[in-house]
Parts: sequence; structure tokens; C-alpha cells
Amino acid sequence: MTTRRDFLKNSGYLVVGISAIAHADSAIAQADGALAGAQGAAAAQGGGPYPDLDFRQLDSWIVIRPDSTATFHVGKTDLGQGTGTAFRQMMADELDIAYDRTSLVMGSTDVTVDQGGSGGSDAIQTDGWPMRRVAAEARRVLLELASASLGVPVAQLAVSEGVISVAANPSRRVTYGELIGGKRFNVTLSGNNTDATTGVAKVKDVQQLKIVGQSPQRYDIPAKVDGTLKWAVDAKVPGMLHARNVKPPVAGATLVSIDESSVRSLPGFVKVVSKGNYVAVVFEREEQAIRGARQLKVNWQKPATAPFPNSEDLYTYMRRATPTSSAAPNVVGNPDTAFAGAATVIEAEYEVPFQGHTSIGPAHAMADPSNDQMTIYSNDMKSYGLRNGVAQFLQMPRDRVRVVWMEGPQAYGRTAADDAGFEAAYLAKELGRPVRLQWMRDEETAWDTKGPAFTVKMRGGLDAQGHLVALDYDARAADYNHLGYNEYDTVLISQLMGTRRAQPARGGAGNPSEMYAIPNRRMTSHVVSLPLIWETPLRTGNLRDPNGPQQTFASESFIDELAAAANADPVEFRMRLLTAATTDDSGFKRARSIACVKAAADAFKWDARPSPKRRDSGNILTGRGIAYSYRSQTVVAQIAEVEVNRRTGHVWVKRIVCAHDCGLVINPEGLRRTVEGGMLYTLSRALHEEVKFDGEKVTSVDWVSHPTLTHADAPASIEVVIVNGDPNPNRPDLPHYGAGETVCKPLIAAVANAIYDATGVRLRRVPFRDARVLAALKTAGV
Amino acid sequence: MSIINLRVNGTSHTVDVEPSTPLLYILRNDIGVQGPRFGCGLGQCGACTVLIKGEAVRSCVRPVSAVNGAEITTLEGLAKDGVLHPLQQAWIDEQVPQCGFCQNGQILTAKALLDRTPNPTDAQIRQGMNGTLCRCMTYYRIQAAIKRAVTLRRAEGDPGQGRGTEVMA
Repeated sequence: MTTRRDFLKNSGYLVVGISAIAHADSAIAQADGALAGAQGAAAAQGGGPYPDLDFRQLDSWIVIRPDSTATFHVGKTDLGQGTGTAFRQMMADELDIAYDRTSLVMGSTDVTVDQGGSGGSDAIQTDGWPMRRVAAEARRVLLELASASLGVPVAQLAVSEGVISVAANPSRRVTYGELIGGKRFNVTLSGNNTDATTGVAKVKDVQQLKIVGQSPQRYDIPAKVDGTLKWAVDAKVPGMLHARNVKPPVAGATLVSIDESSVRSLPGFVKVVSKGNYVAVVFEREEQAIRGARQLKVNWQKPATAPFPNSEDLYTYMRRATPTSSAAPNVVGNPDTAFAGAATVIEAEYEVPFQGHTSIGPAHAMADPSNDQMTIYSNDMKSYGLRNGVAQFLQMPRDRVRVVWMEGPQAYGRTAADDAGFEAAYLAKELGRPVRLQWMRDEETAWDTKGPAFTVKMRGGLDAQGHLVALDYDARAADYNHLGYNEYDTVLISQLMGTRRAQPARGGAGNPSEMYAIPNRRMTSHVVSLPLIWETPLRTGNLRDPNGPQQTFASESFIDELAAAANADPVEFRMRLLTAATTDDSGFKRARSIACVKAAADAFKWDARPSPKRRDSGNILTGRGIAYSYRSQTVVAQIAEVEVNRRTGHVWVKRIVCAHDCGLVINPEGLRRTVEGGMLYTLSRALHEEVKFDGEKVTSVDWVSHPTLTHADAPASIEVVIVNGDPNPNRPDLPHYGAGETVCKPLIAAVANAIYDATGVRLRRVPFRDARVLAALKTAGV
Repeated sequence: MSIINLRVNGTSHTVDVEPSTPLLYILRNDIGVQGPRFGCGLGQCGACTVLIKGEAVRSCVRPVSAVNGAEITTLEGLAKDGVLHPLQQAWIDEQVPQCGFCQNGQILTAKALLDRTPNPTDAQIRQGMNGTLCRCMTYYRIQAAIKRAVTLRRAEGDPGQGRGTEVMA
């Protein structure tokens, strides 16, 4: 018989070593191990300390081996949108090396420069530039080396796929591997910060790029479908313990006492750890820790005042609350006068609930305190921030803390992965042994950070010809104390231990993003607070486009309401607003907005007419709706076609067309899938997702009480039209903009507008679950 | 504690564990497979799916004692002799995953579906897959990949698990 100890020794139990785990591709790991002595980028492996890599050294970014393969080291994390593949394409193109001769290392703090990890859809838009520049610089240096080696001026050399030859005599050639394989570049770069990193070389003109614009398959997918990928959840080391948190059963409750005897005799018991209101149990085995967390008897004192209202009363509460802050109004023209003179004035109010990240895999991390260091194995998308935050939290020198970034579930924003990283590190330090921590499902769904709830009042004035002459936007977001990423004094464990910032983050509601030319408008926004500010499961943080879906649901639904009031076609009404001005910004956002709305309408074969359409006679009512927005310089227009079952209230979004312009596209097929995923993610928010709570706690805690999009909801058809609305698409410096989050903004409104088109019923509260839709249909007599 | 015998991807294992322990933790922490992952612990999402007797089983709620002696296939055991299963190949061809965390359950649930129904209609795919959740919402591509795998299988003359009563195109 085999004992557990034997399993540890014999059965392929994954033992984590940095070289094997930081680099999923073991071939890379081996090669980097061999180079560890020579190459700065790989030199920090092992037992620590872990100094920062110098972003001004070319060797921190690019390693070339004797076989002329190259490994790029970048300080980003790929959350499943294929940015890693895109980085390889961009850097391979600038370096002039075949894509399949390259590999990529990213996200682990000791082997990559700090590019901040991921967030804000800025990977390609911002971080792609230093990557391109350093690769171009490496190419320049290699050309100089070749010039010396071949005795020919650089101007007379040609480069192709890692081989430099004499243009007039191609038989005289030298490979990248021969020039520098296994050796350091020793080239110092310049730039005030990582984003500004540059060498002397210039990047190529867009028209010279060969790999950019193609769609190589994502290199990470095979290991995800054959089961060989090592994820952060798989990180294990010998002697590792398992921990589970014990959260307060009521938000804001205070710990009075713990009856440790309730778990001390359980098998595998190691320790109950508590400080302030933070409580965790530590056991030898995972299932033992789960049982211990459930069985631990803790005496909690409920807070004197309710932490928040009931979720049914949330919007009433938000409307009555005195704002904690209000942004300066953004005013154009004279809205009051224009409203006074308008032929028609309509008003509407829109409501979006708190919505969570609700990751498919609850937050987790494993922390190893060996060698007087702290190594955290985590999928946190901002691994560098996690490292810095944990160093501050544990009061350890930064160079004794590292984060080994590994793949993980759904990390679209400020998720609880931040919190779990700190918790695992704290427990590992307390125990002096490696600790693996994972949140449970109810914990994740209740306590992960939330996108803020919104109420938005809209008011619009039309003149006698149906032209929009005045528009008011007035938003409130329940977003006080909006969490940043990996802040040592705001992560949940820190809050539960009693840390308080003197001045909580102000949060924000913000304004919608569109290029409509409206002569008189006013946009105001406010933040309101719930009673409980700290230690609350309704803590807010960035959720896949932080406020865009809420703002755009209101603004783009209301544009449709105005179009209906003007008896105008929704596309035509928008085009009128977009073309009412001719001024544009440096990125041609107006021209590109017009192009996207047109492209979406063309691809959909939009039938121009006012909404709602004449109602169908059967049980299934069909309709279509459009919405449009931008984020930074990326523009999208989306059209949803819906079927609404008038007997059940069920909404099926049967077809989506998305026209998308993010400038230069690196990998079209990767982009399509990112767009599809982002849109369906937002469709889930439109149709299903809502954080529910009573006056004490979050009550939506699993996939029944917190439903999500399912296979049955998948559209029958999704078309992504890649538009390039730049007036001069062949310009050599066409930028690459961020692609993902923009698509989250318009979709809820597009669906609401389609439901209105089908039924004549306007839904102004998210989500559009069957019961809510059915009630609205019945009220309207549909 | 109880002695439990398991055959996982063709290899025999004996463990001495608390019999009520969910199979998932034994597979991950004792046997050393990592295809099945914890998603909910409630049998609601499918991330922990394994195959037992051709059925997609949620290992997070299946006590290990209930599968004593069983033959268990995990994602790691789907490829045969180094050749990917048509579903795995279709998943790559269709570039399905975003983060990929749930795809273990998606692929194995699809495997059980196609073994039962080698030529599913769109409605049967939606119905058969409906309880397997993806929070990157790759459903559209998953459904396309299942259809692609059906085509791949036809091309390879493999109607599934020998229940090939359907007329092959």
C-alpha cells in the first residue's frame, strides 16, 4: 500500500521550483537555467534575494541563444486574451526573427522588468511600445556586430529571420546565435520609466511589419486543453499546509472570541490564526482545512448599525444619500435655456446593481517563506504590485519578496486574487511553513470586489424638428472607498485587522464616452457611500471596464428613447449627432465613430425605421438595438438582435454584430475572441448578474443565487467587423490601441434597445431576468 | 480512514483517506492530476469534472468512497498514444479558451455528450453543455468546437464509443 508520504515522493506530485514553474515551457526553463550565470534576466532565480531587473538593460528584455532562438521577458500578464502571443508577434517583427523561434516569459517579478502587470486594456496600447523599441534596438546591435564580423557596413547588410547577410553576396552570412548566442548584449537603454524604455533604433513603419497582422494560434492553448499546464492552483511544495479563511457572518461584525477546542481535535489540525477580525484555520490537508473552517466556533458581535440597506432598497437609498463627493459639472452651451425652449422634454432614470467578478475559480495563492524570503505563487494580474504590497504589509525588504506569476481564472480587474496573495503570505510568515490558501465559493461570490451600483438620471430636449438640443446626465455611483490594487492598507486582511486609511479613496461615477455633438449639455456625477465603509463585502474595485457598462447603459438607452420620441431611426439619429460637428481629435475619433456605426449597420443589414417595430403576433417577439461607445481611442458599435418570449419574459440575444476599431490589429483572430468574450461577459451582466443582500450580508453566494450566462444563452451568431476608420490607414505610425474593455461598454444598452424594439417596453433596471422582463411586459399589456 | 483503490488514466492508486473526502482533493493532492479544478465545491459549475464509465462526474461532490475501484479519466488521460482527442484538437483549431480554467469541464462534458449523442443538434449541444459554466463566456466558441470535433471524428471514421447507430455522412 502506498502512504501519502510515498505519494509525495513518487507519484508525480508537483514540486515547485522556480525554473520549472515560472516558465511553463520546460525547454525555455532549461535554456534559461543554463544561461542563468550569464544573463541578467534569468540571474535572480533560486533562493533569493530578488533584486529588481534593470529596465534600462537590454539583457533584461531579450535573451538570444546559440541556436538563434530568442526569449522575450516582459512585465505583463496574459489573462487569456492572447496578449502573450501578440507580444511575441510584435517583438519578433521588430527583431526580424521567425515567430516560432521565439518564446516569452512574463509576469514573475524576479525574471521580468516591472511593466505593472495587466489592467486597463493597456497591454498592447502602452506596453507594446517599449517591447517593440527594445526588440528594434536588439536588431540594431546585432547588425553592428554583423558589420564588424563580416567587415561590411551596416547599410550593405540584409536581415531575414535571424540571419544577417551581405546584400550583394548572400552566401556571406552570420546568424543571431553566432553573433550573440548565450552572451550578454551589455547595452544600456534610456527612458525615465519602463514605459519610456528605448534604445537608439527606431521601430519599423507599420507597412514593414510582417508578423503583426497575422493570426498565429495562441501558444498557451495546447497546455490548457491537454491538462499539462501548471496553474497557480497547482503550486505545491513539500511541507505545504492548507488554509481557509473564516469570514464574519455579518458584514462589520466584531470578533469576540474563538473556541479553538471546536477544531483542535480534528485530524490534521495545525493552527487557528486570528488578528482583529481576520480568522483562518490551517490544516495538513485541504479537505481538513475546509472542514475546520466550517466547524470553527467563533463568537461574533453584530455591528450596532446596519452595514447597508437591503438590495431591494438600494436605489432609494442611493438617491436619498448625500454624496461624499461630486465631480465638477461638465457643461456645454446653456442647458437650462435650451430645455426651457425645447418642444419635447423627456426624462428617464436607469439603475445598475452591484455586480461582482465572481471568478469561476475562487481566489487562491500559495506562499513559501523558505530561506527567509517570501515567494508567492499567484495568478494576480498585477504581480509587481502584489510583491510591493506584501513587502510593505509584512515589513520585509522588497528584494526578499517575489511573486511567481502563473495562469489562473478570470482576472479582469481588481479581483480577490490580491487579497488571497496577502493572506497566504501572512499565514506562511505566521506558520513559518509554506501555506496554500483558497477561498470557498460563497466567500468568493459574497466578498470579491464589486463594480459599483449606479443610478443615472437622464433628461433630454428635442426641438420641433426632432433635433436633440439639450441633454442632462446625472449619475450616482455607490463607489466610496474604491479599492486600488494590492494596497497593503486596503486589502481585505488589512481591513479586517483594523487598518484604516485616514482618507478613503473617493471613488467616481464619471461620464459616458461618445462623440455626439449636442449644443447644450450638462454632465454631473456623484459618489455615495453605504453605511459600512471598511470590512464590507460591498467593497468596490475595478471590474472589466470599471464604470463603462453602467454609464453607457444609461446614456445609450436614453439616446434610443430620444430617437423614439423624435420618431427617428436609432442609427440615423446617432449618425446625425456624430456628423453634427466636423472637428476631430488627433486620433480621428469622430471619423472612426462614424465609420464604426456605419460598419455595424451595414454588416447587420440594419432596416432603417423608428423603434419599436410593429409587434409580432406570436409568443416570440423580435427586435434589434444599437449602442456605441469608445474607450481611450478604441471605438465600438454593437447591434444586438433579440427574441423576447412574451409568455415567460425570457430574452435570448440571438445575434450580435460588433464593429471594432482599435487601430493597428496585432492578431485578428485573437482580437475576435477577445471581443466575443468581452461582449458575452457583459451579456451576462445584462441578463443575469446582481449582487443581492439583506441588511446584514450578501445573500447571492453561489451559481444558483447568483446566476450567470450559460451555454443556453450563447448567441447563434456573433460577427466582429474589424474596422479601421483612420482617414489614412496606410500611415506608417498607425498606433495599436487597447482592445478588450471597450466592448463591455455598449452591450447592455444594445440589448435594452433591442428589447424595446421588439416589445415597446423600456427596461431601465439591470439585469433583465425573466421575471423582471415578464412583469414589465404585463404592466405594459404586451 | 479507509483504503480506497482508484484507477486514474490507466494507473492504479491506493490511498488511505477519510472516506467522505470529495474525490477532487484526492485526485489533485494525492494522485497528482490537475485537470479537475475546484470551482464551487457544490457541483454547480463543472470545473472539477472527470469521466467515470463514460459519464461526466463532478468530483467536488463525489465522496471518494463512492468511487472505490472505479476507472477514472481526467483531462490528462484523454489523449491516446500522444494523439489529442478530436475534441482537444477542435479546441485548439477553434482557439476556444480565454483564461481556460473551466475548459477541463467543458471538454470532458462534451466528451460524455458526444459519446452519448455522436451527432448532436445545436439544441442538444446547448442542453447537454448547459450546466458547465465559463466566466470568460467562451460558450460560442465551445459550441463551434464541438461541431468541429463531430466533423473531425467523421473524417476519421470514428462515430464515437461504438454506439454508431447513426448514419454517418
